[in-house]
Amino acid sequence: MASDRPENLEQDEHLVLAPGHTYASVTDKISSIVLTSPFRKSWIFGFALSFLLTLMLLTTITAVLTQGVGLFGIRRPVMWGFDIVNFVWWIGIGHAGTLISAVLLLFRQEWRTSINRFAEAMTLFAVACAGLYPLMHMGRPWYFYWLTPYPNTMALWPQWRSPLVWDVFAVSTYASVSLLFWYVGLIPDLATFRDRSKNRFSKIIYGILAMGWRGSAIHWHRYRTAYLLLAGIATPLVVSVHTVVSLDFAAGVVPGWHTTIFPPYFVAGAIYSGFAMVLTLAIPLRRYYGLEDFITMKHLENMAKILLVTGLIVSYGYALEAFFAWYSGNTFEQFMMKNRATGPYWHTYALLILCNCLSVQVLWSKWARTCVPLLWVLSIVINIGMWLERYVIVVTSLARDYIPGAWGMYHGSVWDYSMYYGTIGLFFALLFLFIRVLPVISIAEMRELVAETRERNGGEDHGSSHDDDDQDLVASSG
Amino acid sequence: MPARPGSWGGAFTVQVFPPSTNTISRVSIFGAVFFAVGLLFVVYMIFRSPYITQVNVTVDQPVPFSHEHHITALGIDCRYCHTSVESSTFAGIPATETCMSCHSQIWVNSPMLEPVRKSMQTNEPIRWNRVHDLPDYAYFNHAVHVNKGVGCVSCHGRVDLMPLTWKAEPMTMEWCLGCHREPEKHLRPIEEVFNMTWTPPKDQLALGRELIKKQHIPVDRLTNCYVCHR
Repeated sequence: MASDRPENLEQDEHLVLAPGHTYASVTDKISSIVLTSPFRKSWIFGFALSFLLTLMLLTTITAVLTQGVGLFGIRRPVMWGFDIVNFVWWIGIGHAGTLISAVLLLFRQEWRTSINRFAEAMTLFAVACAGLYPLMHMGRPWYFYWLTPYPNTMALWPQWRSPLVWDVFAVSTYASVSLLFWYVGLIPDLATFRDRSKNRFSKIIYGILAMGWRGSAIHWHRYRTAYLLLAGIATPLVVSVHTVVSLDFAAGVVPGWHTTIFPPYFVAGAIYSGFAMVLTLAIPLRRYYGLEDFITMKHLENMAKILLVTGLIVSYGYALEAFFAWYSGNTFEQFMMKNRATGPYWHTYALLILCNCLSVQVLWSKWARTCVPLLWVLSIVINIGMWLERYVIVVTSLARDYIPGAWGMYHGSVWDYSMYYGTIGLFFALLFLFIRVLPVISIAEMRELVAETRERNGGEDHGSSHDDDDQDLVASSG
Repeated sequence: MPARPGSWGGAFTVQVFPPSTNTISRVSIFGAVFFAVGLLFVVYMIFRSPYITQVNVTVDQPVPFSHEHHITALGIDCRYCHTSVESSTFAGIPATETCMSCHSQIWVNSPMLEPVRKSMQTNEPIRWNRVHDLPDYAYFNHAVHVNKGVGCVSCHGRVDLMPLTWKAEPMTMEWCLGCHREPEKHLRPIEEVFNMTWTPPKDQLALGRELIKKQHIPVDRLTNCYVCHR
């Protein structure tokens, strides 16, 4: 076997799981975060801070519900401001979670295993934040249910030609399918938690949530089928949801909005910002909870590569927008581009190009892709850049369009900012709760990865006894 | 330690859930479905119920005015009191003077009519309580309905049989649109509009279609938003 050694060493940096792991060690490591470790100071601090921001969100919502939507900075002609910018931003962030869990599953990518769970959780919490905006940007949010088709005493139905009505269906379907997908994935892990919990209360809670999962062959067979089907459903959903969101703009006649490239370009942007957010979260997570064995450099590097690819697609989108503005020969389109680059909002456009197109170019180098602090900073830069993209699309197009007499400026008011930071607080509050009560990494799938790694190494294991291991598997999946 | 055959490997020496959980979980799944659907149905029915629409509910008035007495017993025409119904959007509530045109001579000492006399003396109108209160974003026009052959009974019911006034129809938009989509079901000859006892003929649909043509009723445009919500 001596001849294998150099190869193995070479392989090490491509490992999606550090060597030496068994079913038991994987299960121990992941479940200990919830079941055995005490509250960490960093967790309490993080949760307290995000909860305070959540309170700010609730204050903002109360203020807007009682005082009116005019608290936001929206004024004619810019009637869509932060509300829509942040809606699209949050929805976009959510898309990476589904992409990781569904699309990478369909492509049978092993490296999705250790990031899919919290990426899906990220999706759910991002959709929860996003969902607030379409509600709160309405002048009369208490009539939101008029957007749903139900037989009412007014004999009225929603207008099916409006992308805003499609939004209702896209986002609510997306939220429910993502939740279902996430929950189905959680069931075997909840059973592990049920079996490993020491106290009766958490045994009951996890037991109810695990819905009697016993890990039988029939269970697993059906689970696999259901999971794969859900992945198959979620994949077109990801693409269509952000397409529908992009149609909010592309179906309009505003120069800068009426662009046929929006659907694929928005989806690419969503994946771009979503993966950036996954990196923003994964890097501290693996460090603070010692998950470097599971979220390896291979994961970070792969995500960096996806960032580069989607970043280039997004850059292509910007280039095409500019090209077609010129190529159209249309005064208004040409002015739109000129206004973005040199108008009153030029700095947002310049920063956008810097954050989204230029900064990502460092990822061509392997050194940059494996430099963790750099990746983390870059991921935040991209999150900011993608926020600016939506700001540029929404605000600069509206501020100066067809009639110069109707030009105006938009700046977010205090309430715009408090709502935005508030949703960030809500997102992190939910995320902290998730880290504390649910497995951040899919235990069942990690065990599968252990088995696959073992098989690949010809049944040889990195030093642990099979007996212990198998007994643990029996015990923990009941 | 190898797992003993037939054992639960130590983890399940005490079962977490007793066998009764089987029943509870089954019931909760089926129950939740029926409960959710049932709840939606109840909410829906509440919104259609007389509790919300106030159909068939009499409304207290300062003077217990009986349409039944004034129409059926005395044979007064609707337009004697509701004078503007043929010419105005608003059918009008009669002024105190209208009441007093008779009640200055009849039942002059009746305590029931005290508010009417007081209104006459103080020159303050009687505060009648509205039974058919449409929201102000729906602009209802009485004259156009009356002039196109919609009888009082079609919307207000048999007012001639009401000792106190109540709503006979829900006045929901769905109900309005029902007739605006198919007016032939409800139209009657113009001369029968104020006839409380007119009953539709057997060939009402044929009559209705003929009246639509005769009265130039633009059925295709009657459900546009601007018709009511101006």
